[in-house]
Amino acid sequence: MSDINTQNISAKDSGYLDMELLRFTTAGSVDDGKSTLIGRLLYDSKAIFEDQMEAIEAASTRRGEEYVNLALLTDGLKAEREQGITIDVAYRYFATPKRKFIIADTPGHIQYTRNMVTGASTANLALILVDARNGVLEQTIRHAFIASLLQIPHIVVCVNKMDLMNYDEKVFDKIQKDFVALAAKLSVQDVRFVPISALKGDNVVNRSDNMLWYQGPTLMYLLENIHISSDRNMIDARFPVQYVIRPMSDKYHDYRGYAGRVESGAFNVGDEITVMPSGFTSKIKTIDSMEESLTLAHTPQSVTITLEDDIDISRGDMIVRRNNVPEVSQDVDIRICWLSETPMRIGGKYMVKHTTNDVRCLIKEMVYKIDINSLDRDKTATELKLNEIGRVKIRTTKPLYFDPYRTNRSTGSLILIDEGTNNTVGAAMIV
Amino acid sequence: MKKYNITHIRELESESIYVLREVAAQFERPALLFSGGKDSIVMYYLARKAFWPAKVPFPLVHIDTGHNFEETIVFRDELVEKTGATLIVGSVQESIDTGRVAEEKGYSASRNLLQTTTLLDTIEKHKFDCALGGGRRDEEKARAKERFFSHRDEFGQWDPKNQRPELWNIFNGKKHVGEHFRVFPLSNWTEMDVWQYILLENVDIPSLYFTHKREVFFRDNQWLAAAPFMKLKPTEKIEVREVRCRTIGDISCTGMALSTANSLEDIILEVAASRVTERGSRADDKRSESAMEDRKKEGYF
Repeated sequence: MSDINTQNISAKDSGYLDMELLRFTTAGSVDDGKSTLIGRLLYDSKAIFEDQMEAIEAASTRRGEEYVNLALLTDGLKAEREQGITIDVAYRYFATPKRKFIIADTPGHIQYTRNMVTGASTANLALILVDARNGVLEQTIRHAFIASLLQIPHIVVCVNKMDLMNYDEKVFDKIQKDFVALAAKLSVQDVRFVPISALKGDNVVNRSDNMLWYQGPTLMYLLENIHISSDRNMIDARFPVQYVIRPMSDKYHDYRGYAGRVESGAFNVGDEITVMPSGFTSKIKTIDSMEESLTLAHTPQSVTITLEDDIDISRGDMIVRRNNVPEVSQDVDIRICWLSETPMRIGGKYMVKHTTNDVRCLIKEMVYKIDINSLDRDKTATELKLNEIGRVKIRTTKPLYFDPYRTNRSTGSLILIDEGTNNTVGAAMIV
Repeated sequence: MKKYNITHIRELESESIYVLREVAAQFERPALLFSGGKDSIVMYYLARKAFWPAKVPFPLVHIDTGHNFEETIVFRDELVEKTGATLIVGSVQESIDTGRVAEEKGYSASRNLLQTTTLLDTIEKHKFDCALGGGRRDEEKARAKERFFSHRDEFGQWDPKNQRPELWNIFNGKKHVGEHFRVFPLSNWTEMDVWQYILLENVDIPSLYFTHKREVFFRDNQWLAAAPFMKLKPTEKIEVREVRCRTIGDISCTGMALSTANSLEDIILEVAASRVTERGSRADDKRSESAMEDRKKEGYF
């Protein structure tokens, strides 16, 4: 019996149940060692299984490759394996006893900017790879710019292939200095640097004996310990209503609950609230999560809120604290990445999805287009092509209630949808 | 600030509930694909949480190959009874009888592939515009590229190279008449997360997941359950072993693991120590390198 008891304890208390979740994105081009690095993180954390390893070994042999090609792990589509490139965002999962990780693995080439933007949109951390032989390149600027545009709170620059530069401290210092100079032009908050060799394993999971001059943490230590819980906006309480729950049953005859997720901040039972856009006010009566009644709900919890007063609320409305309301406007200034092969034009009309709200918009004015390799602004531009990024003014059919993206990634983001094809064509951040 | 922390399991739970509510809000006739396996059980449990105290506003759809473990069907019917769900069954046997599909022949014959036709027919018959699936991105390399909201054309096909970008948590479920969506609320869960959640919330699962004595035979490096429709090769013989299912699917392609795990804690320790993925026990994925991608393009789960 004693054996079984210990097992019970170890399954529940082995750390698995109280881990934090860290989402990070990686961008890299052919040959910069990104796949090798991801392969190593997965392999060293035992997230690659025997049958997966056997499958890629067999595939590598079939392709006539001399070594086991770890890129085959991440390149999941037939077209990707055939062409030897990553086309789409692939999601990978691994866990250590401290954290669970979700990697959004994206291609790094300029023609896949939209995939990088997609991967970056949900990330807490961006991993930027720099080849120690080449230093800071155009693509490094691009990757750093996208991380800053999407306001990823943490950036870790991995200076890779240090083994090919004799583990020289000067090489690392030069790249660090160049990147810091670049970061000064961008809005980035937290940048760390780690000299590594993904191939040899230096400073990835284990400390390197080849770079004793480096006093900082390994990449894995950073990933496991970087402080992320304060990255969330805990100040502005925002609750976009997703769905109205009305059971119409005998037991819950008069129940009228507002289902949604707390996108930022926190709500307590008894809080005085305002409903956007009607401006009606009330108090929070209960916060429900199945049979459980909560006294507090905070981001990113999905709950159901009931109010003291019977007021008209539907999907698309937003419950906020009475003393802290978002901006309300039909004229919205955005930074936008264009995702479609059909260019965005001034005067174009699109559907908009913003939180749980659906409206339509008109592209009123183009302020500038930005060259994401040089960061130069072109104020004469009149359209945005696939993968291009610019600053634009839109007018919406109904007012949006929003916060600037820089303070709130949920209420500050929106997508544009083509009215003919229904495709998602633009990803925008409210200035 | 400690009180505002959230564990990874609760964050995943919250994300899935958000997705389920988006489905109810954005689609007119959604359905939840229910196989009786642990992933669809957890998905249905999350749906009950998402809409409590109201009933889940969509039916469960079971694509029945006719080659099920009996325990799965008993479990399904009890769950439907207990929670007041609506159940719709799409029958592969019926698709065979009406000539929509032809039974595979030979020793490795399976009805797994035939399910796609039955599934698409069922979606069309009931005019479902969204089918919720329990697929997870960690299961298989083609699934790793799947969106939460996955668009299907009027033939039910998936075009992996031309998927809609999915940013932040804004889901675009807009479509033309005749098209539908597959939505995967558990996209970001791993096998371990699912088990931990079952343990944490004490979710009921079929007894097949725990160790039991069963008649099995060994083929292609795995143990398969003996059943009247499973033809044995001359060299194969039936023996009784202590086994459990790591996944539950059609009998013909579900490998049994030799195991003595008889509690959720045991299972979690076994999963943690495992060196083979759970789909490693699925004969359907072993047919070729892109078996899953090919099936998904045609409209598979």
